Amino acid sequence: MTKQIRQLDRVVIRFAGDSGDGMQLTGDRFTSETAQLGNDISTLPNFPAEIRAPAGTLPGVSSFQVHFADYDILTPGDAPNVLVAMNPAALKANLADLPRGADIIVNTDEFNKRNLAKVGYQVSPLDDDSLAGYVVHPVALTSMTVGALAAHEVSKKDAERAKNMFALGLLSWMYSRPYESTLRFLERKFAARPELVAANVAAFRAGWNFGETTEDFSVRYEVKPAKMLPGTYRNITGNAALSLGLVAAGVRSGLPVFLGAYPITPASDILHELSKHKKFGVITMQAEDEIAAVGAALGASYGGSLGVTTTSGPGVALKSETISLAVALELPLVIVDVQRAGPSTGMPTKTEQADLNLALYGRHGEAPVAVIAPKSPADCFHAALEAARIALTYRTPVILLSDNYVANGSEPWLLPDVESLPDLRVEFATAPNGEDGTTFLPYLRDPETLARPWAIPGTPGLEHRIGGLEKADKTGDISYDPANHDFMVRTRAARIETIPVPDIEVEDPDGDARVLVLGWGSTYGPIGAACRGLRQRGLSIAQAHLRHLAPMPANLGEVLRAYDRVVIPEMNLGQLAHVIRAKYLVDAIGYNQVRGLPFTAAELETMLEEVLKNV
Amino acid sequence: MSEPLALKLTAKDFKSDQEVRWCPGCGDYAILAAVQQFMPELNIPRENIVFVSGIGCSSRFPYYMNTYGMHSIHGRAPAIATGLSVSRPDLSVWVVTGDGDALSIGGNHLIHALRRNVNLKILLFNNRIYGLTKGQYSPTSEVGKITKSTPVGSADAPFNPLSLALGAEATFVGRTIDSDRKHLQSVLRAAAEHEGSAFVEIYQNCNIFNDGAFDQLKEPGTRDDYLIRLEHGQPIIFGAAGKPNSQVGGRDGQFCVVHPPGGFGLEVRETASVRPEEIVVHDATVSDPAYAFALSRLPGLDLRNTPIGVFRSVDRPSYDSAVQEQVATAKAKVSETPEQQLAGLLGSGDTWTIL
Repeated sequence: MTKQIRQLDRVVIRFAGDSGDGMQLTGDRFTSETAQLGNDISTLPNFPAEIRAPAGTLPGVSSFQVHFADYDILTPGDAPNVLVAMNPAALKANLADLPRGADIIVNTDEFNKRNLAKVGYQVSPLDDDSLAGYVVHPVALTSMTVGALAAHEVSKKDAERAKNMFALGLLSWMYSRPYESTLRFLERKFAARPELVAANVAAFRAGWNFGETTEDFSVRYEVKPAKMLPGTYRNITGNAALSLGLVAAGVRSGLPVFLGAYPITPASDILHELSKHKKFGVITMQAEDEIAAVGAALGASYGGSLGVTTTSGPGVALKSETISLAVALELPLVIVDVQRAGPSTGMPTKTEQADLNLALYGRHGEAPVAVIAPKSPADCFHAALEAARIALTYRTPVILLSDNYVANGSEPWLLPDVESLPDLRVEFATAPNGEDGTTFLPYLRDPETLARPWAIPGTPGLEHRIGGLEKADKTGDISYDPANHDFMVRTRAARIETIPVPDIEVEDPDGDARVLVLGWGSTYGPIGAACRGLRQRGLSIAQAHLRHLAPMPANLGEVLRAYDRVVIPEMNLGQLAHVIRAKYLVDAIGYNQVRGLPFTAAELETMLEEVLKNV
Repeated sequence: MSEPLALKLTAKDFKSDQEVRWCPGCGDYAILAAVQQFMPELNIPRENIVFVSGIGCSSRFPYYMNTYGMHSIHGRAPAIATGLSVSRPDLSVWVVTGDGDALSIGGNHLIHALRRNVNLKILLFNNRIYGLTKGQYSPTSEVGKITKSTPVGSADAPFNPLSLALGAEATFVGRTIDSDRKHLQSVLRAAAEHEGSAFVEIYQNCNIFNDGAFDQLKEPGTRDDYLIRLEHGQPIIFGAAGKPNSQVGGRDGQFCVVHPPGGFGLEVRETASVRPEEIVVHDATVSDPAYAFALSRLPGLDLRNTPIGVFRSVDRPSYDSAVQEQVATAKAKVSETPEQQLAGLLGSGDTWTIL
């Protein structure tokens, strides 16, 4: 039969199944195929902390959402147009997010009495009219996969496990995706077991062919490539981009990168990635605990490396004392906090922005550090370089606040030209700096940056002692002098406060907005999409996004005061809003959600529309 | 060390310009002087030596050494020194710590540095008391110790630091005493020559809060009867033959260490009561830490039968060298410039080009 081909400008697909069903992999492959086609994309994985939660239950559902379009997009999409539900739990857990009219592809093989009962369905939703508002495509995914692999020399279990490739084949057909990269991927992934390569490829092709032949799918869709800046792209997650940014910082500074890390969700992937790049001189140490991880990083910085530690909120809490030591020692140190929902263990695989206070204030004494936050997955690359630049230039700890949403989400990344990346070379102290020509003063500062000399062990004539005790200005000797302490505390504060950071830019295409939405970190996408929606409806709104949270841009106060209303959406209970109100005496309003999920553009659009009405 | 001392450094070269501020009479002075006098022997330029410490009286040590030094935070010196040592294998890195710093707040870092065999020389000044915080019991204080925080006696069982280090499979473990400079320096020498972690416990007197804690090991009248001086390759014998021993009320004072029949571990016997071939000949290179562990169990809390010297010194690749080798192997395969490599890395995986 001839299939109709329909053009769409954007699609949101959510793959959902049991945590053992391979949904992350399926989503990843679909994303890669989509990237190859040149659509703009944004993805959102959502999975439980348990590696294998009880099969078929609601807590065990893992999903991967991909949004792709023929124009530039900012979020993984609020509501899926298509849900692939591998079992009743996946259907139940995701149905509420679907708008009426959405397509639902269900694996009917899993809709048996036992699985239905596990999630509280008395009657199969496929048999009553509860899905009447949707376009349901019942597909016997498992049995068709097993059937397609009858001639293959694989166990029944392996055959069943290939059902995700059947689903991927079907979706790839539906959306006219190029699949060569997936076939290559399967060859690599199962290189040691050729029979699995053959089986998974056959399952993929069976899914594709099923779409081609079945009458249930009468329409095929196309989404044309987006207009994107010329250049070479790859799809990248925030954690991968951040890792590459750190490698790049090593290359551009000429310093070895030393990562001290303790495994923690959702930051561990940075440790995994950096451990692969030894040829760049990157040393990774899986330490005995979070404190040792930052201690080792600081020790390496003392020795002339770019010391980095990567963690999440609970780890930052443990590292706090060592970060204070780094403040006192005035050595470079990059601390990456991939935020997750807290307090305590909280929800380790869910996102939140609630560590801003911790980053800004979470240390004893007056212990200021620089704080920056990336706004999107690809931006993590540049944020890592910027964190390294500040740490190396100003000899200070820098906290980089990523979060689970940008860390695990992905988007196309326009590969930068290596030569265009910032030059991070530093000069170690090599000679005495005292007026007598023989004395070395470890706390004599550069008048411009207020940075002290970085004199690394091994440098003859500059032997000196540093430590956590208060130091006398210039000499670095232990000092309990009241005036000196006051001076040193103020100098350390000034050192951070005077770091030059770029002015904040305001996006207000209409030029007459009276309301400004201010965000930071990963909320950039949803806020931007919400603003776009309002503007498309003829409403004026301004958007500004903070990358530097400490110090803040010099023009921020002026920008804030130019608007009648400032709205600050955050995935916390108003931490940035609190700072803004205190620092700039601006009556900012917070919009706060802590559900472990990113904002949807729609909810922000609705909220902002209300604000606009009342200005 | 047999090589010529090309650098011709002296103890004076290792004295910093800082006024030493330990309490008068503190055992730390003797250790500092012994270390400063020993350092020239290393024949290592001062700039390549780093002392890292934590918090406590002993941890002020780096301020007084004219080398590179970091006085860090409580318990964390082994972790910080690990990062330094692994990333800078050209340096000689020493950790100075105390019983509270190393065994209480920093216990985790200590055992992990030892199990990894990081190339650190760790000097633990054990005075069995918290000095800097003015006299609370420490993790090496004896049960029943009366201190400010234990007015009716400590209920905590103490650590045996050497047993702990050996449990972590430290490749070098030794013990010495602050007041015996010659012995202290001999143990430092052996530690410095060791590749990997060297753990040295130094009994150190806190004359303010725990004065006389090790007197039996120092007093001329008792020390020879209490101390077991370990010498590699020599039978383990102590106390003077034909002289009355203060430990056993005037009987012949020579004792030895034997493997008890049917048991495990080691025991002390009167030399006269055993056949000469039964006496254990000390071998610090025994690969099973159980031997050195048994030695570490000989003394009671009354300090009788306290071995000093090198308990264990075995070869195992250091963590530093293993890590550096992995980096060197990876680098050896590369012919491009770092920038070219980076461009290759950024563009790896599935890419697409928009014209």
